Amino acid sequence: MIALCVTDMNELKPKTTLDMPLSPESRVRGRAVRRFRRGIEWLILALLGSSTGITLLVTAAIIMVLGVETVLFFRQEEVSVGEFFFSLQWNPLLGGEKHFGIWPLLTGTLMISVIGLAVAVPMGLITAIYLSEYAHPKIRAVLKPALELLAGIPTVVYGFFALAFITPLLKWFHEGFNSYNALSAGIAVGILIIPIVSSIAEDAMRAVPNALREGVYGLGGTRFDAAVKVVFPAALSGIVAAVLLAMARAVGETMVVALASGSTPRLAYDPRLETQTMTGFMVQMAMGDVSNFGVEYYSLYAVAATLFVMTFSLTLLGAWVRRRYQEKYE
Amino acid sequence: MNGESRLSLHPLLADPEGLRARLRPVAGRHRKERIFYFLCLAVSGMAVLILAALFGAITLMGIATFSWKFLTAPPSPAAEESGMYPAIMGSVWVVLLAMLTALPLGTASAILLEEYRPRSPLMRRIQHIIELNITNLAGVPSVVYGILGLTVFVYMFPLFDGTGKPVREWGVVYYDQFYNEADTVLLVPVNTLDAPPVQPKTGMLAFDADFHPVNLQVIGEDDPWPEDPERARVTLRETDMGGRISEKTWYYFCLPFGRGVLAGALTLGLVILPTIIIVAREALRAVPDSLREGAFALGASRWQTIYRVTLPAALPGIMTGSILAMSRAIGEAAPLIMISGIVFLTNPPRHLMDDFTVMPLQIFNWAQRPQTDFHALAASGIIVLLAILLVFNSIALLIRQRYQKPLS
Repeated sequence: MIALCVTDMNELKPKTTLDMPLSPESRVRGRAVRRFRRGIEWLILALLGSSTGITLLVTAAIIMVLGVETVLFFRQEEVSVGEFFFSLQWNPLLGGEKHFGIWPLLTGTLMISVIGLAVAVPMGLITAIYLSEYAHPKIRAVLKPALELLAGIPTVVYGFFALAFITPLLKWFHEGFNSYNALSAGIAVGILIIPIVSSIAEDAMRAVPNALREGVYGLGGTRFDAAVKVVFPAALSGIVAAVLLAMARAVGETMVVALASGSTPRLAYDPRLETQTMTGFMVQMAMGDVSNFGVEYYSLYAVAATLFVMTFSLTLLGAWVRRRYQEKYE
Repeated sequence: MNGESRLSLHPLLADPEGLRARLRPVAGRHRKERIFYFLCLAVSGMAVLILAALFGAITLMGIATFSWKFLTAPPSPAAEESGMYPAIMGSVWVVLLAMLTALPLGTASAILLEEYRPRSPLMRRIQHIIELNITNLAGVPSVVYGILGLTVFVYMFPLFDGTGKPVREWGVVYYDQFYNEADTVLLVPVNTLDAPPVQPKTGMLAFDADFHPVNLQVIGEDDPWPEDPERARVTLRETDMGGRISEKTWYYFCLPFGRGVLAGALTLGLVILPTIIIVAREALRAVPDSLREGAFALGASRWQTIYRVTLPAALPGIMTGSILAMSRAIGEAAPLIMISGIVFLTNPPRHLMDDFTVMPLQIFNWAQRPQTDFHALAASGIIVLLAILLVFNSIALLIRQRYQKPLS
């Protein structure tokens, strides 16, 4: 076989153009063209590299801007680091005594996120199980686009839905609800993050190999057994990541809480009352057109920095859980 | 690897006896199965139900005030006369400019990450960091981007004084505007917005209402008003005071950007940049390697391969993804509320630095008011917004179905 090839090559050799001598000029020209081409390649690589570098620059800019302005915030006379983390009052706008304790905003944010997760996690996970383990292709063809549609609706629409539909519904059930309340905003945030939970969890469950399910069936298990006792634990890392990402989204959700939860920061856990979140405060400040350099202006950055640290760590944690605890089957 | 050894890797199945023991004692397993199935069906149906409730409620609330006039009129303090024309035009400006910045940047980043796989461990590590960074950027709340845009684009904080007032300007002329006793308008050009008020003097260059140059005639406070109408047209009294106005061209540009269209568009571009990178990477990854190898075998360089082979093959995917990113940009309100602040405007933007509002902000403004008349307007606005999103999504779907032919 090899010998045959060699003879073939030998036969071919006289026919190739390699024996024809190239003129010195054309050789120089060829080298110039090649060098030009290589130059272009490098130029393009540099262009692509610099546009990719912009993504790093954006993160650096976010950290820089929030960091510098937060330091300026703590340099103000009216605030101290201790007050920011330990005072239980947030009162930056009204005259008289100003207070800058982050806790009311933080608990407001957490309460609405927890309500949102309480809606979205059960619904999202059960939907994911249904889509991955049970659904007939025809039902899937309806359900998947419906979820994508839910994910594509602008958040301001959910805010309006909460204000104009969910709140009246809640008031009809129970009279104690305020016109702006945490529960209504929380439910809307929950609806908003259902698609995130369901799509990531479904991907994780679909990645579980069929052999595991067949193993359960082979042992006489039902589909319920396969889904809940085998597939669900096997996909747990993806499911936890889905919940963490949904939580990050709920914490950063802005328009829903700005519309539906009101603007009174309070350190109370009654979901029927007005609550302000960190994002809600930021919108309120933006609407008030605070463009000078007062302490209120800097407090905007301190709140944004807190928010950024929270979502950043949730996202990182989600990515880490997904990689660290992923079960591999190949 | 065969099926059995793969099974044995999972702890639950590694011990079949144990699993059988777990499965066996459950009585009525099939009943449980059926209950769970209906639970699944009910919960999943809820998602569709919520969607239906949302669309139904909004249509019912908004259809009454939805009309042609609603699309073409500016907002007004009277609910029945309000429209959202400035907001629609604002959305068009901001979203198009945002796409114009984010799409080239995002595609370029995606090409670098997907087509130039580094071999050295150091470069690999850098690439890994960039990828993680993009994932993180996608998770940053959009309101934080608003804060970033407010500092970097609106105030350009370290470079200028931080008030957001224009420091350098191009394409603008300032005038002092006078009304004389013959009720004609006379405009005297001045250099800057902050220049001292003009003292009218005879022979000074001025413009009339049609911007024709004229020479001012100035008379004393008690002098008689000239009889000749031609002369009266350009006459002012010594003591007349003008008001400062500005005439901005369509290419008006200033630094820092201020709370204008450009600052909003750049901020929005940053918001959708991670999304565009992610979808463009997916589209490039879907192009089979055989195409690239074919191009390389024909002697094409790396960029030639990308430009002539990979990119055209990935284009439908990139377009689909960009349209979806664009529909996200249209609905985005939080970063723009940080930038634009004011949300009551009666004019569409005329230049890059002009104040603007967008559809979601206009909806937010109406929804925020206590009067239910304005809630109906908000619902109408949402109908417009959702209709636009529906059109966009259909176009994306069409492109996906039409051009995405199997390549391998």
